[in-house]
Order: sequence, then C-alpha cells, then structure tokens
Amino acid sequence: MSSNPSSRERVGVIGAGSFGTVFANLLAKNRDVILYARRPEEASRLQAERTYKSWALDPSVEVVNDPEYLSGECELIFPVVPSQSFRSMLRVFAPYLRPYHKMLHATKGLEITFREGQSLENLEKLRRDQVLTMSELITQETSVLRVGCVAGPNLAAEIADGQPAATVVASPFDEVITEGQQALRSNVFRVHANHDLIGIELAGVLKNIMAIGSGILDGLGYGFNTKAMLITRGLAEMVKIAKPLGAEVNAFLGLAGIGDLIATCSSPDSRNYTLGYRISKGLPPSEVIENMDETAEGVKTVAIVRALANNYRIPAPITLALYKILFQNYEIQKGIRLLMEFSYSEDGELI
Amino acid sequence: MESVQHYITEGILYEPIIPNIFNWPIARLFRKKEKFLNEVIEDTLKAVTQFAERQGNTVEQLIEKTMYRERIRMNENPWKVDPKDERKFWKNVKKDLISLDQLDDNEEEYTKMVDKLLKRIVRRYALEIVSTFKPGTYKFARRFLPFFFSTLLNASVAKSIRSFINHKRQIQERIHMMGEIEQLRSLSRKGTVVVVPTHLSNLDSILVGWSLNALGLPAFTYGAGLNLYNNKILARFMTSLGAYTVDRRKRNPIYRSTLDSYATLAAIEGVNHIFFPGGTRSRSGEIEKDLKHGLLSTVIESQRRNFVEDPRAQSEKIFVVPLVMSYHFVFEAKTLIKQYLGKTGQEQYYVMDRDSSDIIKFLQFVWTTFSKSSDIYLSYGRPMDVFGNFVNEEGESYDAEGRKIEIQDYFKSKGEYTEDHQRDKQYTKLLADKLVERYHVENYVFSSHLVAFVAFQMLKKRRSDLNLYSLLRLPSDYRTIELDEYLEVLSRVLDKLREMNNEGRVNLPSHLRNEPAAIVEHGVKNLGLYHDKRPLKKQGEKQLVSDNMNLLYYYHNRLVGYELESLI
Repeated sequence: MSSNPSSRERVGVIGAGSFGTVFANLLAKNRDVILYARRPEEASRLQAERTYKSWALDPSVEVVNDPEYLSGECELIFPVVPSQSFRSMLRVFAPYLRPYHKMLHATKGLEITFREGQSLENLEKLRRDQVLTMSELITQETSVLRVGCVAGPNLAAEIADGQPAATVVASPFDEVITEGQQALRSNVFRVHANHDLIGIELAGVLKNIMAIGSGILDGLGYGFNTKAMLITRGLAEMVKIAKPLGAEVNAFLGLAGIGDLIATCSSPDSRNYTLGYRISKGLPPSEVIENMDETAEGVKTVAIVRALANNYRIPAPITLALYKILFQNYEIQKGIRLLMEFSYSEDGELI
Repeated sequence: MESVQHYITEGILYEPIIPNIFNWPIARLFRKKEKFLNEVIEDTLKAVTQFAERQGNTVEQLIEKTMYRERIRMNENPWKVDPKDERKFWKNVKKDLISLDQLDDNEEEYTKMVDKLLKRIVRRYALEIVSTFKPGTYKFARRFLPFFFSTLLNASVAKSIRSFINHKRQIQERIHMMGEIEQLRSLSRKGTVVVVPTHLSNLDSILVGWSLNALGLPAFTYGAGLNLYNNKILARFMTSLGAYTVDRRKRNPIYRSTLDSYATLAAIEGVNHIFFPGGTRSRSGEIEKDLKHGLLSTVIESQRRNFVEDPRAQSEKIFVVPLVMSYHFVFEAKTLIKQYLGKTGQEQYYVMDRDSSDIIKFLQFVWTTFSKSSDIYLSYGRPMDVFGNFVNEEGESYDAEGRKIEIQDYFKSKGEYTEDHQRDKQYTKLLADKLVERYHVENYVFSSHLVAFVAFQMLKKRRSDLNLYSLLRLPSDYRTIELDEYLEVLSRVLDKLREMNNEGRVNLPSHLRNEPAAIVEHGVKNLGLYHDKRPLKKQGEKQLVSDNMNLLYYYHNRLVGYELESLI
C-alpha cells in the first residue's frame, strides 16, 4: 500500500450515514476519500468535528456537499444511500458523471416503477420490468455502464471497531472488481470477487426480509431451533425468488448470501432485526416503522417480494407471513401458525 | 415518432450520398485489396495469439484443434463448393505439426515454424472470406435487378414481359420504408453505418440491399453463407456486390478470428455493414431475443480501435441502426416452424443447396413475395452509438436526459485508453440487450400478426390442459372460434397495442387504425396468403377456423414478448 498520501488515488463515497462513514474509513486505508453528505450543514459538521456516532473519521477523508467536485476528482465512486433516495441522488450526480466513471454501490434495496393505481400498500403483482436493482438504476439514470456492488456480512459498528470481516465485490466487469478489491482490502478486511451482479444484489436485498423475521423470533424468546429453521428455509425462499429474476444459486451460498443472512439474523445492531424485535413486543408495525431513525429496507422489500412471488407463482411462506403481519395487522402468532402449517416442500432444494 | 413513408418508384429514391461509385469506401478498399488482405492476416495472427493466451493454450494446440475439427467437417459435411485441395492442405498441416516435435530443443526455430504454419492457415481462410467489390457489377445489379429476375423467371413462370411490367408497378408500391431515413442518410456522411436487421426470410438480404441502395447510400458489405456459393453464377454475382463469405460449418477459433478481423478492419476502413445479429432466420417467427455476440463484438472492437489507432479518430464513429422487417407472408414459414418444433438444430437452408433447379425455386419465391404479397414494411430504427445511446443528426451521442456523452470515455480507465477484452465482451452483451429492446419498439405489428396471435392464444386458453405439441395436433373440429367472442378479445388486445403505440413502445401501420371488424377481415385475408393450407380463415359468417396450426403458431409468435397474453 502506498505510504505517501499526497500521491494516492482519490475515490468517492456518496452518503454519510453510518455505513457510508464506515466505508469511507475502510477506503481511507488505501485511498484518499471524498465523502459526500446530502445536507450542507451535515457536511460541514462532519468535516469540522470528524466524528460519526461513536467513531472518528479517518484524516484522509474529506467531507463535501459538492457533487461536481466529487465526480471531477474521483473515477471510482461508492454510492451508499438508502434505496428510496437512490434515484434522486443519481439525478443530482448525473450531470457530472461520465462514461469513465465506475460505480460500486452498497445499497440493499429495489426500485419499483408502479403502474397506474399501484402503490406499495395495494401491490398485488409485479413484473420483472417494473423492478430495478440499484445497478440497473445507475445505468438507467446516468451514462455510467461500469457498475457493481459491495455486499456481505458487514455490520457497520463491528467494522468501525476494526474487527476482521469479509465482503464481496460483484460486477460483470473484471476491471471494476479489481479496482474495488484494491481500494477496499486491508489486513482486517477480505474482499472476494463475484461476476453475478444481480445475484449478489438480490442476496443482499432479500436477506432483509429474513432479518425482520429473526427479530420477531428473538423478541418472542424462541431459541436456536426456530432461528435455524428461519435461516435455512429463508435461504431456500430467497433463491427461489431470485432465480426467475436472473440470479444464479451460487451467489447465495457465499458471503453475500448465507454469510450476510447469518450476520443480520443474529445481530441486534441490524435495523431490520430491530424492527422485527419491536413489533414482537406488541407495538403496531406502522408506529415502529415511523419511529425508526434509519430506514429499514426490509419492510418495502417484503411488499415487493410478495408481489413478485405472486406474479411468478413462487411459494414464499416466510415473506407472505411477514407481509400479513406488517401490512394486514395479522397477529404474530397467527403469522407463525401460517408458516408452520404451510405445505411442505423438499428440504435442501436450492438448485 | 416522425415516420416517413416512401414508395420505390425508381432504383434510387434519394440523391446518392456519394455520387461517384468509385469513391465509395467499399470501392476504395478493394482497389487496395492485397494490402487489406495482408492487414487482415496480420491482425488475425495477433488475435489468435492473444486468444490462445487467454485460454491458457499454445498456438500449436489451437492449430491441432482446428485441424481436427476441419477433418471432421470434411468427412461428415462436405459441400460441392468446397475446394478440391483442402484435404491435401490439412494433410500437410498435419505433417508439419508432426515435424514440429523434432524441433523441441530449438525454441526459436520452433516458434518460427508455428507462426509460419498459422499464417498459412489464416491466409487460406482470409482468401476464402474476402470479397471483391466491382462497381460495374453493382451498377448492373441495381439497374437490372428487376430484369434479372424477370429474364430468369421467363423461362419458368412469368408469362410475358407485359405481365412483368404490370406487376412491377405493384411491387414498388408495396415496400414501405419507415423511420429515421433522413438521419440515416446524414449519419452515413459522418461515420460508418452498421445496419442490424431482424431475420425472417431469405428475402431479407435482397430487400435490405435494395432498400439501402434506394436510399442513396453507398454499398454495404455483408456476410453471405457459403452454401449460397454452391451456385457459381450467384457466387460471382454476390462477391462482386461486396458480400464476403461466411462458412457456418467452420466453428474453430482460427476461422472465427479471421472472420472477426475481416469485419473489424472493413468497418475501420469506413465500409458500411449489414449484420444479421440473430445469426440465422428466426425459426419460431418471434422477434429475435438471443443475439449472436460474435459479429456484434466486432462493432465494439472497431469503435475502440477507431479511437485508439486512427489519427482521424475524433470523427470516426460507428452508428448502429436496427431494422425490423414485417411481412404478412413468409415463404419459408412452413419449413422454419417445422425445424423449430422438431428442434433439429441442423442448419438447413431452403435456398440452393445442391443443384440449380433450386435457384429457379428461389427466384419464384422472390417473385411471389414481391409481386403478390401485400405490404412489406422496413422500419429503420433510431440510430445509436455502439453503447446503445441515441445519436442526433450530427452523430453526437446523448443520454436519456439529453446530455451529451463522449463515448471515447467508455474505453478509458484512469484517463487512458485501455484494451480490455473482458470489458468489450460486456459492452457487446449490453448492445445485444439494447437491440432486442429496440426491435420490439421499432416493429410494425400487422393485422395478420394480430389475428394469428389472438386466435392461437384463445385456442391455447380454451385447451389449457394441453401442452404445445398436443395443441398443435388439435383435430380440426376443435380449431374453430366464434367470431363474436373473437372480436371482443381482439379489441382488448388492439386497445393495448394502441396504448403501447401512444407510449412509443411499438409501431402500428395505418391499417391497424381501422375498426376491429375491418382489421380482422384484412388480417385473415393477408395472413400467410400463399400457403396451401391457411393458418386462419373464415368458416361461414360466424366462425374462424385454422387449417394449419403450425403456421398459426408461427405467425402468432411475432407478438410474443409484448406481454399481451394476459389480455386473452
């Protein structure tokens, strides 16, 4: 690694939330980093105080609110913003993005194009062409074609703490993978490659559903048997949904699939888990969702995946049960009963 | 979308872009044919070496593999057109390969021998592929193409010159060229144009060639299957028009590299090109959804090298123009759908396989289609750069928001042009996806496609217990549809198509603006007009019936991919 900071390449991070700042710190081990915060006052505060939550910002991170500056300085850019603001973020950056830019996002959500009269609440069926992954959104909104994503069991607090961890950089472009690996890897952070971009993106998205379920089970005080059932059957359900959308099974057997699933289903630090946990304590879902200070992507994902499963006629009992709990005021026990009584399918049928 | 409609009245409808045929890029290229050929050979040698490296093979191993495949081809699939000396040639290659073993100690000598051997093979392939554009023949062809047909046809079918002349007027009124024609003309002045048509019929290449000439564009080069060359007259004729030879039996990497280099270098020289990216005619009748990436990748490669190598780089852009042809009647439909259903997988060509009686058959077919069938549409799609961004009249690329894009940047990394084969492969895939999307948008839906689609889907829904093959074997008593119900369903699909048309997702010809009943009348009348058994016909006043389910399925397939099935 280079020891002379002034000659180092610069990379950009868009989004100064908890994951964005952790990401910036990770990258700062190898690169000079320009971090974009959406609100100018947050940018100046971070730049001046240099702390986010409990962690300090690396000295080689420069915090700005200027998309033109970031795009002009950095060829490799990591967008780390919630899915619901991803498109608007891209529209801010698009005028400054060029075909030489490479973007590796770390956002675990999907963008939906509703048809007339459709909304998240009344969504019954979704076609593939109404769903965009974040990388598809990038190529739609900008002239950038060299896209990819970063996904894996990467809980922000643990990485900020410097604990050993691993992740996956996925892109159809070798070039993007290599640059992502070089920028991210360190002696506490392993970076694996994968060419199945859509598979890795979906693994990251779909596991959020299971994280909500896991939070519920823990809140109810259930033990490891129940949790193992959720994780295993959850993985099978994820694969079944992802395949007709264009994903390969293998993506789900790696860090971004089973790896991330285990981490998010076990850690109380995960937002989706927290959401599930609170709901299990009897709070009305709508209230819990409103009171979360950071987005739990999983709620939207549950509605989307249920509608996709309807369209492709895929049995998705866990998603269905969660949908009823989150959107149709089902009692939790009734949801669990639905799950336990669901018709059996073959065990271990991933492929 | 602005649509221009023109009828062909004379050979050329538009003022020629380059009036003097000797100044056309293709004519210039073939005046220095030897030099060009050597460039192709040198380029191929480099490409083969790189290919071997990527595959973790040695060049010698590639040669061995190629020889092995060539021997299988010669034994199992010989054609009349194959040169007499090819067995001897490959025998010598084998001999040389064996003698290489004795050079194991002398690495320098060894490499030299391998290179020499490779060069011999590549040269042989390049000579086989290369075309010779002859301005004289081209002029002759475009002036006398109609006469050419009539003279040959006179012997067999055409009754008199007068009947030919009568027909001629009708022929010319029936070919509709739609779409971005002025832009296409303007772009051909700015860079190299690559027209990528859908492929339904053997008629396509003649039609496209004729149409591009009518538009006043300099001649395009295109790959013609070696099987066409079994007929000597036609072979000479096509080569002189600038067609190069493609032998689909030769799937070995050395041959493919030679072909790719040929196409790439021709495009770099500014020669306009016609590719059929589907590879062969659509067997199912569907609009192409899987494109062959091989030749498409040469478009990306040419564009990159234009920027990197050519000093005139700034202006040398390659424009990709999708072209969708619509017919009411496809002459070969019966054979095509049979092959599709049988999944024979074997490339069988209707045209001129062995003897010259087939050429008469083929010309009869051209004649039938041109003179008797009702409208043919050629829909020239919005021109794009090789990354699928639309371009303006000046050839500048724009994104969806109207921001200008410098496409050189797609080939750059850290400020420099970089050569990255894997990246270009991904770009090729993106271009292929984009083309498939554009084909569906630029397509003109005909009344005949609509009536076939609705009829087949209704029968399918009624007998949802049957799989496709049983459905196609449905006894004739069960193939009737009540007209009242049919009209109702058809109206729904029609409404959807009109809605999609308004959103710019598909094109409709004027005859689809009529009332549903009139459309059904028009569609049924035109659908597969000259098949001996009609895919769909009226039975009494209140019913429709299919005499040939395979053909109904074939024409129905044209509307698959628009997600209209749920409206049935």
